[in-house]
Amino acid sequence: MSTHDQRTLHLDPTLCDAHGFCAELLPELIHLDEWGYPIFTAGGLATDIPHGLTSEAKRAVTACPVGALRLTKHA
Amino acid sequence: MSTHRLLPIDPQTGRVRDLRTPTAHIGAFGPLGTVRSAAHGKPGPLIEEIAASGLRGRGGGWFPTARKMEAVVASAADRRTRSPGSRPVVIANAMEGEPASGKDAVLLAHVPHLILDGIQAAAATVGATDAYLAVHRGTPSVKMLEHAIGERRSDAVRVELITPPARYVASEESALAHWAGDGVATPVFGDRPFERGMNGRPTLVQNAETLAHLGLIARHGGAWFAEVGDPEAPGTTLVSVGGRVRQPGVIEVPTGTPVADLLARCGDTDGPVEGFLTGGYGGAWVTSEALSSAAWAPAQVRDAGGVIGAGILWALDAQVCPLHEIARVAAYMAGESAGQCGPCRFGLPSLADDLEDLAGGACTSDDLARIGERLSLVVNRGGCKHPDGTARFVSTGLAVFEAEVSEHLRGGCTATRPGHTLPLPKARKTPVKRAGKDFK
Repeated sequence: MSTHDQRTLHLDPTLCDAHGFCAELLPELIHLDEWGYPIFTAGGLATDIPHGLTSEAKRAVTACPVGALRLTKHA
Repeated sequence: MSTHRLLPIDPQTGRVRDLRTPTAHIGAFGPLGTVRSAAHGKPGPLIEEIAASGLRGRGGGWFPTARKMEAVVASAADRRTRSPGSRPVVIANAMEGEPASGKDAVLLAHVPHLILDGIQAAAATVGATDAYLAVHRGTPSVKMLEHAIGERRSDAVRVELITPPARYVASEESALAHWAGDGVATPVFGDRPFERGMNGRPTLVQNAETLAHLGLIARHGGAWFAEVGDPEAPGTTLVSVGGRVRQPGVIEVPTGTPVADLLARCGDTDGPVEGFLTGGYGGAWVTSEALSSAAWAPAQVRDAGGVIGAGILWALDAQVCPLHEIARVAAYMAGESAGQCGPCRFGLPSLADDLEDLAGGACTSDDLARIGERLSLVVNRGGCKHPDGTARFVSTGLAVFEAEVSEHLRGGCTATRPGHTLPLPKARKTPVKRAGKDFK
């Protein structure tokens, strides 16, 4: 069985402007609060991406108009 | 042995001695002596004494000072960050960000050279080439401090006095580094200052009290420092005691002093007190019952449900409505948001409105449930801990004064005296928009 790199999605809350695309693209991991700002369902400002959602996470990063999302990779 | 270390007492008057002149300062404490500098990627030798002292930061976090200094030196030595401009920076935080605190003002007014000695000791130990003393804009001692700095011609590192705006979050350590480098006093998300602070340089931000202790450790050593106080967080510490006590003010006590003794030093409570605020407006409320048997040390206060923070203990008059007090402070904290993060920018004003309704008797149990939801919405989602601290202040307050909350839900209020007892700077009604010009 091949190993895969674990990816983690990071939010910079000082950049986020509540556009909400991330929650549309990744409803499994992100929902919005009453003011339209994303909440990682698992809590905090970083969330591990399950293997099957890697491409959606990449799209969320690209879709964010203010670059508030970042994806990191670690073994 | 005396436990009036930072603030020597005049035996004639019983008051704190005025040691503002270099002569009086050296007369009381002795000369600082030479502190050897960091070299070859290693901290200066004083680091051994600082580690042995067990000194922890008195600004609120109570983080071991030696470890923070080692981290700054390690960042400066790191190949990935090393460049001609990556020499460390020291910033002394005497901003007095918590409105109920008075210790920075007392230190600045009586022993400014002890803080300046601590800055020199810290700068040498981490190899800093630049050092700053930060006091908030409008501090009355600015001229005196500039004079005091000017008198220190033999200092190895020139200290620059900086005066960021008097905003609550401006005293957060990344905000101070941001101010020193770019002139904007807002917190910075991401890198910690000890790694990348002012202009990307490793930056040691230490509270003024911490540096004053360091000035004494440089003279007397680590073992001397640890002779008094709680073994987990040794030494003496300053406590700003306020509210319903007969003699409010700043006192110096060994850590681990029973809270009952600490209150006795201030003439004891003056009338009924059901709850104490510990740690300030980013701190926590504790019932009198839980706190009265505790000792004033970080772990013991935490076990009682409180937080020492920057050393604030406030006795709330039981005849005042605690919910009005909580609502006033929540509104102030909402106005102090830097407006950088949504949950803080929108969440804190919403909470403040909810709490005003609760205080005014216009709150249902559904509204109360919404307050609980909103409190959880602002935690762990900000670039700094301003919303977290505010949420802790509010949630512990609602728990400690639960009976008053129930009374208000029924439309009542047990207060028999007017409120407005917790000190607040000039109120800001409208929360700021994103990093406005009032942070410059």
